[in-house]
Amino acid sequence: MSNLSKPTPPAGGRDALEVEIRNKAFQGADGSRVEAIAEIAFRVEPASFATLIGPSGCGKTTTLRIILGLEQQFEGRLRFPDDGARVAAVFQEPRLLPWRTVEQNVRLALPETEKGADLDILFEILGLDQMRSRYPGELSLGLARRVALARAFAIKPSLLVLDEPFVSLDEQTATRLRQLLIEVWSARPTTALMVTHNLREAVQLSDQIIFLTERPARVRGIHRLDKPRAERDTRWRETTLSSLAKRYSGVL
Amino acid sequence: MALEAEAPASDRTGFVTALKPGVVTAVSLLGLLAIWWVAAEIADSRVLPTPPEVASAFWQDAATGELFFHLAMTLMRVASAFILAMVLGSAIGIALGMSRQADRFFDPWLILFLNIPALVVIVLAYIWFGLNEVAAVGAIAVNKIPNVVVTMREGARALDRDLGEMARVYRFSSFKTLRHVVLPQLQPYFAAASRSGISLIWKIALVVELLGRSNGVGFQINLYFQLFDVAAILAYTLAFVAVMLIIEFALVQPFEAYSTRWRPRRA
Repeated sequence: MSNLSKPTPPAGGRDALEVEIRNKAFQGADGSRVEAIAEIAFRVEPASFATLIGPSGCGKTTTLRIILGLEQQFEGRLRFPDDGARVAAVFQEPRLLPWRTVEQNVRLALPETEKGADLDILFEILGLDQMRSRYPGELSLGLARRVALARAFAIKPSLLVLDEPFVSLDEQTATRLRQLLIEVWSARPTTALMVTHNLREAVQLSDQIIFLTERPARVRGIHRLDKPRAERDTRWRETTLSSLAKRYSGVL
Repeated sequence: MALEAEAPASDRTGFVTALKPGVVTAVSLLGLLAIWWVAAEIADSRVLPTPPEVASAFWQDAATGELFFHLAMTLMRVASAFILAMVLGSAIGIALGMSRQADRFFDPWLILFLNIPALVVIVLAYIWFGLNEVAAVGAIAVNKIPNVVVTMREGARALDRDLGEMARVYRFSSFKTLRHVVLPQLQPYFAAASRSGISLIWKIALVVELLGRSNGVGFQINLYFQLFDVAAILAYTLAFVAVMLIIEFALVQPFEAYSTRWRPRRA
């Protein structure tokens, strides 16, 4: 992301992200079996942004955890954008190391070979250049989330996974962060998969929205948004929202 | 006029507040010294010497260098036992905190060792390994290890899973995870274990020296006990307490301040 004005070269991996998960279940606290996912299958094209949306507790986060390798036991198949894909995650909570500064938190995520990478532009875009030597305890939630975004983009991932990255922020901060996300992501578009509850957010950010059913999750429908992000004005967003809300009742 | 009159007053309050902690400590210690002195004068007995008598006993042994030699021997034993206990205790504690099976298996052992009296460990160590330095230091460490294990196990159980997952996703090496994710989380537990450790260890060290060494503060105290010289006993005790206080203020507290610098300060 060294030069924002140039047309951007394709980033990330050559292949699509392919996800197929069947019969994922958990052992409940009382020993009973809780079916989380019945069957989910979707693909995310290279350098495109997909969003998973569905009711609370339907297995969206579980899907992300499987993709991140944090849940090992599942039936199905994953195919990553490239071999040994570099995966970055932005979790619901910022998950920063409180005893390391903002800059150290970002640098620690870098692979050994890129230890000394120049992060100036990234910090500048995200408005963190004044914060580099602060500790996470001194930051607001909004700023901490920016640091989590910076960490994810700093490693130049071939797959970016975001789990409700803007939840519990006031609308103004969330809007600003969404703009920043799109700005940084557009500079180096990589395959991205986000989970959200917010259809508005999904419509603003995604190339593809995957609707999930109640638990155990199945794919309810996949909707593509072909309009370039720059041309998505308020009117287009409202029309899209209402047509999606009509088709997938209960998602708003 | 009222404003002008108030300004210096509030300045003085600020000055007093800044001085306060030191003054309070000094007054408190002087008070203790005064109580001792008065009690010693009233008792007027060999078994409770006055502060000047203790000071002269101190100078007597300090002048020959004997006191410093025995202090150094005890300090050496305390330091080696401390390092041994912290390293072994932390390793075992972290392992037990991370593995539930291991914890279930070794928990009875831990309870057993926690409850073996220090004296038994010392006597057995001398019988089994002879009256030597290794047995002495080992016996002190074995007395302390179970306490370190318990504290560090608690720390390892409280490790933040979210941060561990973050480290996995970003492919931190095991060394990086240990250094930047795990150890900083264990730091408060480590500090607690070393605080309580160092005071316990030096108390046990004296018993070890009394029972089986021919030098050290414990040996000297035993000697002066035979001679019924309470002033010398108190001189050695206070000298060693002073050494421990210097370690606390010059090493432990600055290290702790450094390792918790990231914590937001409460106003």
